[in-house]
Amino acid sequence: MGSIDYTQELSVVEGKPALRELDELISKPLDSKPDIKFYIALAVTLTMLTIGAIGLTASLYYGTGLWGNNNPVGWGFPIVNFVFWIGIGHAGTLISAILFLFRQKWRTGIARFAEGMTIFAVITAMIFPIIHTGRPWLAAIYLLPYPNQHSLWVNFTSPLLWDVFAVSTYFTVSFVFWYIGLIPDFATLRDRTSNKIKKIIYSVTSLGWRHSNRHWQNYELTYLILAGFATPLVLSVHTIVSFDFAVAILPGWHTTIFPPYFVAGAVFSGFAMVQNVLIFIRKIFNYEHIITMDTLERMNKIILLTGMLVGYAYSMEFFIAWYSGVQPEVFAFMNRAFGDYFWAYWIMFSCNVFIPQLFWFKKVRRSIPFMFVIAVLVNVGMWFERFVITVTSLSRDYLPSSWAYFKPTLTDASLLIGSFGLFFTLVLLFTKSLPVISIAEVKAVVDGSQPKHGDH
Amino acid sequence: MSEKLFSYTALFNTPDEIIHAAKAVADKGYTKFDVNTPYPVHGMDSAMKLKTSKLGFVTLFAGLGGAALALLTMGWMMGIDYPNVIGGKPFFPLPAFIPITFELTVLVATLSTVAFLLFFFFKLPNNRHPLHDTNYMKNVSSDKYGVSIEAEDPKFNLEEVKSLFESLHASVIEPVYFDEEEVNYKPKIADGKFLAFLAAVAIFVSVSAYTHLNYLLYIVPFNWMAEQGKLVPQSTNDIFTNGSSMQTPVEGSVARGFIPYAFKDKPDEAGKFLVNPLIPNEQNLAVGKNKFNIYCSPCHGYLAEGDSRLRGQFPNPPSLHSEKVRGWSDGRIYHVIVEGQNVMPSYSSQLSREERWAVVNYIRVLQRSLNAKESDL
Ligand code: HEC
Repeated sequence: MGSIDYTQELSVVEGKPALRELDELISKPLDSKPDIKFYIALAVTLTMLTIGAIGLTASLYYGTGLWGNNNPVGWGFPIVNFVFWIGIGHAGTLISAILFLFRQKWRTGIARFAEGMTIFAVITAMIFPIIHTGRPWLAAIYLLPYPNQHSLWVNFTSPLLWDVFAVSTYFTVSFVFWYIGLIPDFATLRDRTSNKIKKIIYSVTSLGWRHSNRHWQNYELTYLILAGFATPLVLSVHTIVSFDFAVAILPGWHTTIFPPYFVAGAVFSGFAMVQNVLIFIRKIFNYEHIITMDTLERMNKIILLTGMLVGYAYSMEFFIAWYSGVQPEVFAFMNRAFGDYFWAYWIMFSCNVFIPQLFWFKKVRRSIPFMFVIAVLVNVGMWFERFVITVTSLSRDYLPSSWAYFKPTLTDASLLIGSFGLFFTLVLLFTKSLPVISIAEVKAVVDGSQPKHGDH
Repeated sequence: MSEKLFSYTALFNTPDEIIHAAKAVADKGYTKFDVNTPYPVHGMDSAMKLKTSKLGFVTLFAGLGGAALALLTMGWMMGIDYPNVIGGKPFFPLPAFIPITFELTVLVATLSTVAFLLFFFFKLPNNRHPLHDTNYMKNVSSDKYGVSIEAEDPKFNLEEVKSLFESLHASVIEPVYFDEEEVNYKPKIADGKFLAFLAAVAIFVSVSAYTHLNYLLYIVPFNWMAEQGKLVPQSTNDIFTNGSSMQTPVEGSVARGFIPYAFKDKPDEAGKFLVNPLIPNEQNLAVGKNKFNIYCSPCHGYLAEGDSRLRGQFPNPPSLHSEKVRGWSDGRIYHVIVEGQNVMPSYSSQLSREERWAVVNYIRVLQRSLNAKESDL
């Protein structure tokens, strides 16, 4: 690798690595034994996962009474976490599909990883509404329309059911998209491994891919079609999640700004999470010249942009509440900012609106410690955003006699910790079992990899 | 081992060379050839003279199919099979159907596109293709660009192909052979390993279904809340001093709907003063017959003749067609139902007041039918 000249900075992949060296670099984590750092990280995430598993077992055994959910606040942590994790997933699809449609080549280095994070985030998210039903093993019976003895069907006019379809479609399509991208890489791995078992596994997973151009032609078209579908799909998912709130008549929920506001927030938090994880990945696996500083800077710009969109939405909510002249609306928003949960509101507001403004400075955008801390705070803020929306509105609804203060319990906390444990465990296992960077895609954007007099 | 020539292959080092080579091969009129590159090379489709892909049509029709499927299913379920007014919406609320229609369109379209791509267009999975496990494949999946002209091409001629590749300055030129047996191998169902696999699956499924249905469903929390953390009448309880969940009512408390019975232990007065409030009619006789058959007939028989069905496990009662009972007033029979008589227990907790009178009326019908008067005939 010593022969690569890193001094020359190029837009997508720094230097001009030979293609075979790329293979080597990207498949190195798969060929080498995990080091002590990996095991420490895994121990931490598995501990978090175990805490969550204990909380979950207790919740299932003793019932959901272990949670802080009370009478007006029936949604509590499970729904807050659900919306949070679904949002995290959105950045992955945005990077892999929307940036693909916009022909943003810088996405290639991070697309595979971001897509993986989408899938893990959606898995984590899906757990919450299902356990919120109380008896998750019966959830399929409540959620899916199937011919049954009672000849009852699910309610297709309910946003909660739309969610079932949106989230499961989102998961399936993201997974297929991800797998399609992996096929050529599996073939490359298959042809370079000398391990018998790995060879069998990669032969099966690559389906016998031959890098044939007759295939590439249809493959690229499929990739385009999938990107074309994934783009409206990802917008629809958080739109439908926002309908869970917006279609209800509760003050503070019943607003038309919710769909775009939720999508912007999802991209915002998702980018922050992807950026956080990538900082580690590029360092640990020496991918600095594939996941370049330029790429990170571009991500920070998107965080800045979506952060401002979110800030605009926050202000607009207040304006509309006042402008509509509806008393309960005005009350709901005054209560958010200055009521019992003012602290949550101001954590949300400062983390999401004020702090990302630091990204106006190029120095901050290109400083790893700064961007890391800012992105962590963004995710803290975005979690509190969902908390503020869900809890403040429910705890102060139309009927003052039923008002109550929501206080999370230890079980709630353990489930939240467990969700992070699950997500990061999956991410860690992913880094050691699959190529975290798309080998074929990166090769295609290395300098000199396309014909000079090509007719493009 | 019957080795046959599959194709002649050439490897190139740069994308420019491969585009040039692909053009040359296509220009020579070869049709059964392929270009293998580690990533899609721009301009290769036109260099190889490939037709545009038809895959888009699959997506289009699958997507339309998905949309139609969603709309028709939802419309049928909510409007025809089980019409239900929800939130004042019509039976076919199109706006409320749009989200799911959209999701299903996307789902069906993408899954069909990918399935068609992999299984129909590419005929994958195919790990028996002759090009697999060759030096050629190992190179094109990493950093070389290759052309392979198949021996089955009608214009294939070993010498010509060789010299063509040489004139293109290929870095490596080599033939690829294949083993006919291996390529044409068809998996058999009666294969030992496969049957063992099937047996393993069958055992696994049966055992898990058995444990699921016979054990899993009976443990907390899967047992439909059979055990609940609440107080049941017979359970112990720390709150009350006597340690029991069920407490005796405060003295003098009266159960809801309770009316005291004025003729306790006074059968004759009951016979004298109690008046049957029911005029026999079809409805209360039907009630009476029903209750009599349930509560009285096991001992007294369906026709009240004293033919007990208890086979001597309980003393046989006398017939209710006796002179004595026929001579009793309605109130006197009513009294027997309320208080019982000797070994016969009270039926006041099983039968409401109205039902007791209905049973009395029914007994009267039975008596009349066995001892009809002249005028009835
Ligand atoms: C468990 C069996 C049993 C059932 C059920 C039962 N009886 Fe009796 N019944 C008896 C017996 C035994 C006697 C005779 C008691 C005695 O020795 O005086 C009797 C006596 C009577 C008599 C008085 C007959 C007489 O000649 O003194 C009447 C009237 C009567 N039953 C009505 C009913 C009615 C009405 C019902 C349904 C609500 C009913 N019984 C249900 C066992 C039963």
